[in-house]
Amino acid sequence: MIPGAFSYHRPATVADAVKLLADLGDDARPLAGGHSLVPMMKLRLATPAHLIDLHGVADLKGIKRDGNKVTIGAMTTQHELLASDEIGKSLPILHETALLIADPQVRYRGTIGGNVANGDPGNDMPALMLTLGASYQLQGPNGAREVVASDFYQGAYFTALEPGEILTSVTVPVPAAGHGYAYEKLKRKVGDYATAAAAVVLTMAGGKVTTCTIGLTNLHETPLLAADAAKAVIGTSLDAVSLKKAAQAAEAIMSPAADARGPVEYRKHVGCIMVTRALQRAAGRAK
Amino acid sequence: MNDLTPTREQRTAALEGMGCKRKRVEDIRFTQGRGNYVDDVKLPGMLHGDFVRSPHPHARVKKIDDSEALKVPGVLAVITAETLKTVNLAWMPTLAGDVQMVLADGKVLFQNQEVAFVVATDRYAADDGINKVIVEYEPLPVLVDPFKAMDADAPLLREDLAGKTSGAHGPRKHHNHIFEWTVGDKEMTDAAFKKAEVTIKEMISYHRTHPSPLETCQCVCSFDKIKGELTIYGTFQAPHVIRTVVSLIAKLPEQKIHVIAPDIGGGFGNKVGAYPGYICAAVASIVTGKPVKWVEDRIENLTATSFARDYHMTTEIAATKEGKVTGLRVHVLADHGAFDACADPSKWPAGFFNIVTGSYDFPVAHLAVDGIYTNKAPGGVAYRCSFRVTEAAYCIERAMDILAQKLNMDPAELRLKNFIKPEQFPYHSALGWEYDSGDYHTAMKKMMETTDYAALRKEQAEKRAAFKRGETREIMGLGVSFFTEIVGAGPSKNCDILGIAMFDSCEIRMHPTGAGIARVGSKSQGQGHETTWAQIIATEIGIPADNIMVEEGNTDTAPYGLGTYGSRSTPVAGAAIAMAARKIKAKAQMIAAYKLEVHEDDLEFDIDGFRVKGLPEKYMSMKDICWAAYNSVPPGMEPGLEAVSYYDPPNMTYPFGAYLCVMDIDVDTGVYKVRRFYALDDCGTRINPMIIEGQVHGGLTEAFAIAMGQEIRYDDAGNVVTGSFMDFFMPTAVETPHWETDFTVTPSPHHPIGAKGVGESPNVGGVPAFSNAVNDAFSFLGSTHIQMPHDFWRNWKAAKELGAVA
Amino acid sequence: MAKTHVTMKVNGAEVEGLVEPRTLLVHFIRENLQMTGTHIGCETTHCGACTVDIDGMSVKSCTMFAVQAEGSDITTIEGIANADGTLSALQEGFRMMHGLQCGFCTPGMIVRAHRLLQENPRPSEQEIRMGISGNICRCTGYQNIVRAIQYAAAKINGVEFKEAAE
Repeated sequence: MIPGAFSYHRPATVADAVKLLADLGDDARPLAGGHSLVPMMKLRLATPAHLIDLHGVADLKGIKRDGNKVTIGAMTTQHELLASDEIGKSLPILHETALLIADPQVRYRGTIGGNVANGDPGNDMPALMLTLGASYQLQGPNGAREVVASDFYQGAYFTALEPGEILTSVTVPVPAAGHGYAYEKLKRKVGDYATAAAAVVLTMAGGKVTTCTIGLTNLHETPLLAADAAKAVIGTSLDAVSLKKAAQAAEAIMSPAADARGPVEYRKHVGCIMVTRALQRAAGRAK
Repeated sequence: MNDLTPTREQRTAALEGMGCKRKRVEDIRFTQGRGNYVDDVKLPGMLHGDFVRSPHPHARVKKIDDSEALKVPGVLAVITAETLKTVNLAWMPTLAGDVQMVLADGKVLFQNQEVAFVVATDRYAADDGINKVIVEYEPLPVLVDPFKAMDADAPLLREDLAGKTSGAHGPRKHHNHIFEWTVGDKEMTDAAFKKAEVTIKEMISYHRTHPSPLETCQCVCSFDKIKGELTIYGTFQAPHVIRTVVSLIAKLPEQKIHVIAPDIGGGFGNKVGAYPGYICAAVASIVTGKPVKWVEDRIENLTATSFARDYHMTTEIAATKEGKVTGLRVHVLADHGAFDACADPSKWPAGFFNIVTGSYDFPVAHLAVDGIYTNKAPGGVAYRCSFRVTEAAYCIERAMDILAQKLNMDPAELRLKNFIKPEQFPYHSALGWEYDSGDYHTAMKKMMETTDYAALRKEQAEKRAAFKRGETREIMGLGVSFFTEIVGAGPSKNCDILGIAMFDSCEIRMHPTGAGIARVGSKSQGQGHETTWAQIIATEIGIPADNIMVEEGNTDTAPYGLGTYGSRSTPVAGAAIAMAARKIKAKAQMIAAYKLEVHEDDLEFDIDGFRVKGLPEKYMSMKDICWAAYNSVPPGMEPGLEAVSYYDPPNMTYPFGAYLCVMDIDVDTGVYKVRRFYALDDCGTRINPMIIEGQVHGGLTEAFAIAMGQEIRYDDAGNVVTGSFMDFFMPTAVETPHWETDFTVTPSPHHPIGAKGVGESPNVGGVPAFSNAVNDAFSFLGSTHIQMPHDFWRNWKAAKELGAVA
Repeated sequence: MAKTHVTMKVNGAEVEGLVEPRTLLVHFIRENLQMTGTHIGCETTHCGACTVDIDGMSVKSCTMFAVQAEGSDITTIEGIANADGTLSALQEGFRMMHGLQCGFCTPGMIVRAHRLLQENPRPSEQEIRMGISGNICRCTGYQNIVRAIQYAAAKINGVEFKEAAE
């Protein structure tokens, strides 16, 4: 349970961090909250020769609302998200989701940047980012660029991050006032990854759905945006037939792994139920 | 007597003796982080050892190359089986009469088996070292399915036993067969089944799991070359046994071995036997002349130390159509993994599984157990089970529910109809046990009344109808469990560990100022002995519990004991404590008589001293008697006030209980909710109700985990797939249900204080309650038996197979 | 690997040591500082036995490197008792309510409960259970731990502790 040896770096600026990563190449890994990387290092499944600790980079912190967008620094912890009144006001679904991630201690250290950037299909925030239409600000040796969340995930642990790049912040458009939202996550116990989870953000008018996006967690090697499922409920009152259509459309794009949480069939089945329940709960909240 | 004279109630309360919720002595240090656990032990010059382990479940070890490892800074030595062979320790005897490799000797037999032991200056260097040892393996065909173990073409696992047609427990039928154990009357049982009006037959599996105490197994071994003495600090539930075993296998004189079990962070049976880590650390210390510490990590603990259960029980009950049982027939396939390292008393290869007749009056029964080898971790007995009693209770409680379903009878009614009656005690079971005492009907009725069982059944009927009408997707189950367990091993006539009888012991020494010290052969791993043993003594001799220091675990000073497991401490050590205290009391009476100038027979014991009968003012307190013992004893009597008792119990004890689990299951997701759990326990005399309640809470939580998902599972290739806390279900405070506890008191007639022990009851009775609840929920949809564990996905699968889910 | 010098405050006292970058904070506390109250129960960051309080946060010290704690203010179980040496409300609560048996999870549990009560001085039972969901106990079944924390909360808030009816 002891990690291999490494050299430790604690840059004070993004530029310094990026330079270190570029110079040290494959041998270096950025260290955010550490609650994905350090356990892997302790099992020697990851053996970076250099760790670039991002805790010293003040520019990676902070939650700012700017017009219709909220920008969240990559090193913002789940706990800080939960403590933020701004998030509670403008992006309440992030509060609901953060409470379903890991446990209290892990939430004190785990960061939104780590949760969205490492490509782990089990992480919850990526599907939220897809659902909210978020975009990621990246910084690397070739400068800064922005990638929308829906273009970021390419495979399990495989993202659009280029060598030497780090995610510096996440920008999330604020959903319309009165929007309905829900993150429905089935897990074996507190702290577990989702057996299946669905995020829904929607708006309603006159009892009918006017806009809707649906995201899926741990039902594929990447988070999924269930576009067809969302389309199936727009203009409906979320009657049983429409809900069933949405679930079926969502199921069509699921390909979860069989693991100790259950066989493929079960996880898909539960995935459909999560979509249905999230839609119903979101509708219940919509004003 | 005046207003200042304490009343009898006040004097009794001041003792904090038996029956009161004395707050724990241990808590003062534990709540301040001042426990002394094995990994807290630091000796000058101490080295660390760590294991290289096999990724293969079955393979030849062709070559072990330690050259790179020895170059790692801090690495001092790499020990292999070749090293151990020079001191005849490459293999060690197990408690079950088998032998076990300490380090891989030519081959490995289970994934994560110990292959080499790297010794280094600190644990970081040791970890670096193990990652640099290069081992060449030649994989062999793997055997994981116990039902295929005795196929003609099953791979040969134990080459060391090739050709041996008999083992420690009799003839072997096959190269993967370990033993066959039978008990009961086969002829009469077969006859009862032939003429039975109703029979049921079901293969009931109790899956492999693991005790997983929060502190893993560890030791510090320190060999003093000058004195030729070996000191071992270790996580030992039975420290004296470890000392004797080490003496025999290492050929060191026993008086030169000092075994100390300090504070232990949970045992649950995981820490009874000897593990390769202890042997390798001892050898490493002898070789290097320095202390060597071995601390296993969690994955090592779950995948290589003694597992629990893995019993596949084909169970048959014969009955009349009115529901009176007439016969029980059970065949067990016992999967012991690569070595039979079961920590059973030596004559009992299947533990006390023959308690499987349970709480019911079976006129005849027959049991046959076949133990087999597979490519899995060795062991078999552990986890709060009192030697296979958890398996037996699960078997019979599940089977009774299956019988109730076949007879269309309520499971509680079926049980009431077949309970052993109070007047039948002491009861001789058809499989050979003499149950000491019990009052099952009272306990069952109390459970049914307190939970309003009838109303719950009514609610269930209504819910079932609503489900069939499509109004709800939730099903409701009631899990009844009425267990009788057998604990307190045990009488020397049939209980021994490696030839040492299973008595236990206590030595009490009183000091002049009315205080004292008690040293006991048991070893608490959280059961609170420092608190409860003093309560027994306080009541017996009238000295406040706070004035009695209790010590366990140091084999130099504690009288020989067989340790703490199998809920044996209160039945055996507790009895020794009472007997030693009575010897003290008897001597105290003689001293008091002398000081009060009366005859002994004129004195009666009154709470905290002796009083002359008929002359209440003539009284001498135990405190004063202690002083007198050191200066004015009667002529001819030795000064001092101490006593030792070694207690050989005349029988086991038989705690029992009535549990009910109310469970609701969402068929679409398989998610269950334990709505209510009621546990009534009868452990005879109750020493400390607070501690009993704590034991029940803890045991029920372990039972909940086991029944609802906690599994050590292997895939078809022999890989452990649940080897860490990611997938090995350890419930948090959120998943764990609320527990309601209750009790009746039926003292043990043969125990000095009537106490029976309780630590394992909740695990014994709990698992059947949960599993019966799930099965009871689904039964109206057409199922007879759904195997544990009852994970969400398995509940969904059951629902799907029954057509309840699309 | 060259060692790094670290300094931090632990239980109010300035401490320092020489560590490798990979030295886990829990090992720094247990081995360098010889404070063995903080325990290790797993290597996958699940069990919480290693929980300490760093700069006002509950942290699993097995998942952090000592070098990362440079300049931090840490409280371990050894720093929980009152300044005069008497047991704190939580420690007293754990004893009075039988919230421990083997004691191995207890330091992490108490240090976590300490922070929980700072976050939420009057937690409901459900909030307590969620609040300690990062700490595994094998002995108690959590029920008495919940009562212990309720006892402590009542004492700290100066209200009477009412035991819920069974």
